[in-house]
This record gives sequence, C-alpha cells and structure tokens, in this order.
Amino acid sequence: MKTLINIIKSFTLFELLKGMSLTGKRFATKKFTVQYPEEKTPQSPRFRGLHALRKYPNGEERCIGCKLCEAVCPALAITIDSEEREDGSRRTTRYDIDLFKCVYCGFCEEACPVDAIVETRVFEYAFFERGQQIMTKDMLLEVGRKYEEEIAADRQADAPYR
Amino acid sequence: MSEETVQIFINDKEVTAPKGAMVIEVTDQLDVDVPRFCYHKKLSVAANCRMCMVEVENAPKPLPACATPVMEGMKVYTKSPLALDAQQGTMEFLLINHPLDCPVCDQGGECELQDIAMGYGNSVSRYTERKRVVPDKELGPLVSTDMTRCIHCTRCVRFGTEIAGISELGATGRGEFMEIGTYVEKSLSSELSGNVIDVCPVGALNAKPSRMSARAWEMVQSASVMPHDSVGSNVYLHTLRNQVMRVVPRENDEINETWISDRDRFSYEGLNASDRATQVMLKTDQGWQATDWDTSLTHVADKLKQYQVNDIGVLAAPHSTLEELYLLQKVFRQLGVNNIDHRTQQLDFIDQNAMPLFPYLGQTIKSIEENNSVFLVGSNIRLEQPMLAHRIRKANAIGCEVVSLNSQEFDFHFARHYTWNLAPQQWLQALAEIAKCADSIDKLPAELRNIVDAVNISTDAQQIYDLLNNSQQSSVMLGAIAQSHPQASALRALSDFIAQVTNSNFGMLAQSGNTVGAWLSGVLPHRFSAGEINPNAGLNASEMIATSRRAYVLFNLEPEFDFANSPQALEAMQTADFVVVFTPFNNEQIQQYADVILPIATFAETDGTFVNTVGHWQSIGKAVSAPGEARPAWKVLRVLANKLGFGDVQYQTSEQIRDELKQLFTDEIDFTSHLKDFSHVNLKSDVNKMHRVSETPIYAVDNIVRRASSLQIAVADQESHVAMSTEQAKQLDLLNEQVVRVVQGKREVTLPLRIVESMSDNCVWVQRSAAQKDTLGEAIAPVEVQRTANA
Repeated sequence: MKTLINIIKSFTLFELLKGMSLTGKRFATKKFTVQYPEEKTPQSPRFRGLHALRKYPNGEERCIGCKLCEAVCPALAITIDSEEREDGSRRTTRYDIDLFKCVYCGFCEEACPVDAIVETRVFEYAFFERGQQIMTKDMLLEVGRKYEEEIAADRQADAPYR
Repeated sequence: MSEETVQIFINDKEVTAPKGAMVIEVTDQLDVDVPRFCYHKKLSVAANCRMCMVEVENAPKPLPACATPVMEGMKVYTKSPLALDAQQGTMEFLLINHPLDCPVCDQGGECELQDIAMGYGNSVSRYTERKRVVPDKELGPLVSTDMTRCIHCTRCVRFGTEIAGISELGATGRGEFMEIGTYVEKSLSSELSGNVIDVCPVGALNAKPSRMSARAWEMVQSASVMPHDSVGSNVYLHTLRNQVMRVVPRENDEINETWISDRDRFSYEGLNASDRATQVMLKTDQGWQATDWDTSLTHVADKLKQYQVNDIGVLAAPHSTLEELYLLQKVFRQLGVNNIDHRTQQLDFIDQNAMPLFPYLGQTIKSIEENNSVFLVGSNIRLEQPMLAHRIRKANAIGCEVVSLNSQEFDFHFARHYTWNLAPQQWLQALAEIAKCADSIDKLPAELRNIVDAVNISTDAQQIYDLLNNSQQSSVMLGAIAQSHPQASALRALSDFIAQVTNSNFGMLAQSGNTVGAWLSGVLPHRFSAGEINPNAGLNASEMIATSRRAYVLFNLEPEFDFANSPQALEAMQTADFVVVFTPFNNEQIQQYADVILPIATFAETDGTFVNTVGHWQSIGKAVSAPGEARPAWKVLRVLANKLGFGDVQYQTSEQIRDELKQLFTDEIDFTSHLKDFSHVNLKSDVNKMHRVSETPIYAVDNIVRRASSLQIAVADQESHVAMSTEQAKQLDLLNEQVVRVVQGKREVTLPLRIVESMSDNCVWVQRSAAQKDTLGEAIAPVEVQRTANA
C-alpha cells in the first residue's frame, strides 16, 4: 500500500508542487529581511546600547557620585573618582566606562538612584585606535545631551513597569 | 578576681553573666544581635535612642537592653514579636526626620542606621509629612557635619565629656528642636576629636579631609600601626587605587582601645604630599640630575669609602621601621662607622651607658589606669602622647592624683591636677627636694647627694613625696621636655631615685613610634644591637652636629626640624662635603644640603616592625606601593651594602631582618626602666639666667605629620610666639610690647609676646608654629628677651 502511494506521488510531482506552493505563497507576502544600513530594525524602549550620563533640565548633572554603578558592574568597566564640590555635594571628577569590558547588562542603569547613567538606543559605533573605547565623563555627557529627548521618552514609556 | 555571677536566659539559652552587667553586654558577648545607636561599650549608658528594646519575661513593656541590669533567672527574648515590634516602631520614629537619601550621604555603606533599618525596619515609609532640616555646623578642618542626619544618640557629646575631657559638643533645644553642636561656633580643639567620626552611628559627623572621595565598600583595608608616638596605635589604612584614603582605629584594648589621636588619623595626608620624592637625584656640577638606583648607590658607596670612618655621621629618625634601623646600623657598623644615633631631640647624653636596654614605660599601657598617683616630670603629655594622656585621664577620673613639674600650667584635661611651676633650670633642685624627703639618700652618688643635701624641702616637694609614697600604685614619668633638657641625665637619675624610694613605677616616655626599636636595634653610638656594649663608642647626635663631620647619612630626618638644636644641625649639613639623604620627600630645602637624594617608602609602603614604649613588637605589612622610583629603605640598604662589598647582606624579606635581630636577644628581654647607676650626671647649669623652654609642636613631630595639610590647618591659628608671666614682663619692662626680640647665644628671633599667667618666673616659653623652623638653637637654654630695636 505504502509503495503504491509513493509511486503515485512520484509520478504526479506532488512533492515538487508542494514545495513550489510554499515558494509561491512567500513570494506574495511581506519580507522580513532588512536592508541594513539603509533600513533599521525596530528597537524596544529598553534597548541597551551606548551609555550616556544625563543632566536635569536646569543643566545640573544628575550623577551624585554614589558609585553604586561602579560597585554593581559585573565587568568592572566603570571607574569613578569623586570629590566635594564647592556647594558641599559630591560630584565625579572622572567617570570612565571601558566599552571593551562592558557587557551591556544594564545593571548600572538599574543601580542608579537618580537615573544618571543610562543605556541609549545607540549601537552603531566603532573604534579605530587603542584607547578610544574609554568613554570619559565628557563623552558620556555629550551622548546624554544629544539623545536626551529619546532617553526621557524611553524612561517614560518604561516607567509603569519599574 | 572572683565576681558574683547570675544565671540568665537569652532566647531560652542559659548563660552566666557578671552581676550588675547590662543585658546588652551579655548579648554582645554571645554574638546575639541587638540593634543600638546610643550604646557604645566605652561610653556611659544614655538609653536615649530606644532601639535596643528586648522583651523580658514578666516585664509589662519591652525594656532597653543597654540600661537593664541582669537579674537572677531573668528571661530575655531579643527576637520575640513584642521586641521586634518595639524595634520596628523605634526605627520608624528615627526615620521620620532622617533623610532617606543614602546614595548622597558619605556614610552610606558603613552606616549603622542604614544597616539596622535594613535589618529591623519597615521596607516602606508611611511618613509623608515634612522632614526637619538642621543647619550644618562648622567644626573645623577635621570633622564635617550633616546635622540633618543626626539622630541625637549623644555619643559624640558623651565622648567629649568622658574621653576627650572637653565638653565641646552638646545638645541645645528639646524634642523636635534638639540640635547637637558647639554652643558658640568654634572648631573642635581636642587632640582626640576625630573619634567623634567613628562613634557617630549616622552620617552626621564625617571626616572632612576624606569627605566625598571614596565609598566604604571600594576601599581595601590593611592593618597597620602608627609611628607618630610611642604608643603604636593600631589602625586600619583604607586604600583605594594605591592611595591611602583614610585611617580608622583598629581595636586593641592593650594599646589604644577603640580610639586614635587626630595625629594618627589624619597624618596620612602627608603620604600623598605634593613633594614626595619619586626619583633618585644626584647633585652634579650641572645641578640636580635624575638618575637610577644603580648609578646613585655605586656613587654613594664610592664616596663613603673615601672618608675616614670617623668623618662619617649617621643620623636616623626614630619613626623608621625596626628593620630599616637595624640594617642601617649593621651596614655602617660593617663599614667601621660608630657615629650612629637616633636621639636627635636630646641634648644631654652623659648617662647613656647607665640607660636600661630601652626607654621603658615601666608598666603596661593598660595598667596606667590603675595608678593612684602620677608624677609627670617635664611633660606636656596631652600633646606628646595623646593615648597615654587618655589612660592617665581614665585613672584620674576614678581618683588618681596627677601632679606635674613643668614651666607652666599646660592645658591638661585631668579633673584633679596640680602643676609645680618652676623654670627648667630649677627642676634639678625641685627633684632634689623631693628626693631629700626620703629616709635615706645613700644610694645616690656623692655629686647628687651634695645637691640634695644643699636644698631645703618646700611644701610642694613634701606633698609630692607623700603623695607618691602613700599611694598603693604610683608612677613617675619623664616627659619629652625633661628628656631634651640640658640636664636630662640628672633629672633622669633623680626621678628614678624618687620612684625607687617611693616604690613607684619609673617610666620614660619614648618620643617616637620606634624610639624603643632604635634602642633595641643599636642605632646608638655606644651600643650594638640587643644592647651589647660598644667598646669604641662613637659620637652622639649632638656631638655629630656640633663637631661638623665631613659626610653625613640622614635617614628619614629633616635637620631643620628634627633636632633639639635644629639650626646647628642645618648648619652642619650645609657645611658638610657629602650628605646622603634617605627620604620619602624631596623639596628645595632638602636639595640645599643634600648631595644624593634616595627616595624611600614610608611606613605605609613597606613591611616593617614597630616597637612601642612598653616593648611590644608589632609587625605590619605594606598597604600601598611607594610612588615612582621610591623603594622600601631596607631594600635600598641591602643593595648599598652589596655595593660597599658586604656580600653577606642578602635578605629576601623584611621578616628575615627582623628575625635576625630577634635572635640576638639570647636572654629574656630585661623589662626595666631603671638606670644602671646614677654616677654620670650633668649638673652644670646657669640657675640664675633666664631660660627658654619649648617643645616640638604636636603636628610637627615627623616629616609625615608636618605635611598633613588638614592637621596643619587645624593648628594654623597657633602662631609662633614667646610667652611669659606679667611679673616677668614687668621685670623685663616689656609689659607694653607687642613683639620682642629673643636672643639665644649668637642667634635671635623676633616674636609676638603673649602674657601667660601660669608661666613660672625666670623662664619664657618659645612656641613655634608647626610649619616654622626653630632658628634659635637648643630647646632649653639661657636666653635674653629684649625690646625690638625700633620700639
């Protein structure tokens, strides 16, 4: 019986037609392939890309130098030096993130009590010289300045779940 | 000591406790955790934080464990629902006014309130009303404040009254309006003030020099010992990325209990000073040139070999480690040099052969507390040895009488204290008077006996003698001023004699962290290591600088500060041919007289041993590495020895050096402070001439402390001056003068005049500020005080 069915399938080109019908179906549906870099995949507001240091709208930097991010970082990628500013508050004099060490786990973001260190949606960056992988405080603040609107919107979107 | 005990039950476990103990002491011993803020084992019980609530069977309400004495059969529950509920309630009350911003606070991570709130508090605050805000107080350069965080445990207030002896902090207002502060705005002046930082359970009082610079969890803790006084306080050095960030006490009941002096706490700033030596420097015809270790040590070895051994003088600082001191004398002894000394603050060496093995305190540090009377000879002990002064104060608080022989009334914090005010040139007579009260003075040699015979006993002398004689336990202590006295030998002999006839302990207060170590290791002209007599005694420190040598080796010393006759020392260095300086610091002043600067590590950067005033050996490991090219001095000395051709000096570790020295002590170490005989004493003095007295300022004792910037700011208002009594000023017709000229031999200096009523007649106190060099000469010597020329 089984042999008979197989013979009929072979002679009627059933398998071929079955395969071609799938090809035909996919031919008409929407494509998944994205033409990077001309096209981009959509991102979640929780995307963990390049780090940024944020400031308050009045220009005051958020970071209070509590060093919780440094403590929680599993890759020991963060190095902070702090000192007392003239007004008596603690501020960082150095805030370095080594992007070669960073594993983009987002713990720093989680640990930060003032939402100062965040991970942005930026993920397209490359280094051509040794040493460029160190993000200094100024560089981080610049990333924060550039993407503040997006960062703020993303935190807002995620707020109900935190 | 048999004590009455009671049986009590802690959480259903039966324990034996001494009668009268508080419940919290028993639970602490059992490692049963009871949360507390106001209770501190070294302070009195205040019971005002209400955190240590425990349930006691048959008590209607929970009771504070710190203020509930144990009773027979008492059943205590520390974790019952009633106790936990009470603790949680208290926690909630405490957090009403305490800010909940731990990441901002400098205490975060090492905060008792934070820890206990995590363990015993609620996870969510129900409090939504306004919190109170308290303005911060300015307490000087050492302690920073965040008074809003204060929870009014009053530990700092009790520390001030009970331990430091000055009620500088106090509470004003009541309830919600209660505030801790100085009543009138002022800096904390106690030499122990830094301890309020440790006793404060919250972030209200913090260390100002290290404020906001590091977090508790990221620092590495290394056990160490502080070298600035002869107590050898145990500390932890907290380091971060190869830098000492702060110093906190390490508990040791035998030595420093839970306290340390401000000098020990904040001196670490000197380790990070801007003038740390980081390069080997060689003076050439073209000026100073950086070089490497090999070149410089070869140069030093070649140079040293060119001089007659007697033309070389080796001077070492007594706050160096035992290993460094031992190796230094070993290398130079092997070279044939006998002019080796560390006693740079001394002027009279005539009795050096009669000295015991080392200047011993005569008793343990802890047993000072058991004294019924203490007689201090020429000592401002509070500034010299803060931790010993604290022990005397503890004895004083339970009835010990303290008397002192000084040139003025120092600002002691003893409740009962009497100063016999006499000019330093009269101290010998004063001690002779006390000695005369003894039944027999036969033990004294003829010279001293003549002096004793010649004096008449005054009432002061008789009282002091009676006090010492009638006390069950009494001590005679020879302070730094007496030891740098030109008649130190005679003062030492008579003090020892008085101690012996009155059955008292005799103790010499060793000057620095390793003065005892320097004696044991043989950094002395007349003795080898382990006290062995050197038949060819070399020159002592004073002779070495008085009769200029052609070459000097300075070890960790700065001649412009560290000598009893600093100007002379500086002159000697400047006129010498060749000066090798082993120093952790390099500045213009050093470059003026040095020919070679060998950068060495400080105590925090090398393994080493310190021997304190009671002969207690304490070895410590290095906490950080020395900056730049600087190396531990024992390694430098080892290489220098090899360059000099002493191939047998081959040590791999500092422990080998220490053990080699230890093996030299074949007999039991003789713990005695008594002199071997009284036959060599210096009796020369100008009793009728007016003398100056001075001492090394508290924050100028060694090269590290002098660079501790916060300590220097703390004493910045203590300017150099000359002090005398009104009577004296009248006599010299200087009563209306603002500044006066002090002439000592060839040298003179113009200083502001201060009237200090307690100054005794016929002497003036010359105080120099910590940053100032002494330009007059001997610390105690005849002077003339005149009007300034233009007045």
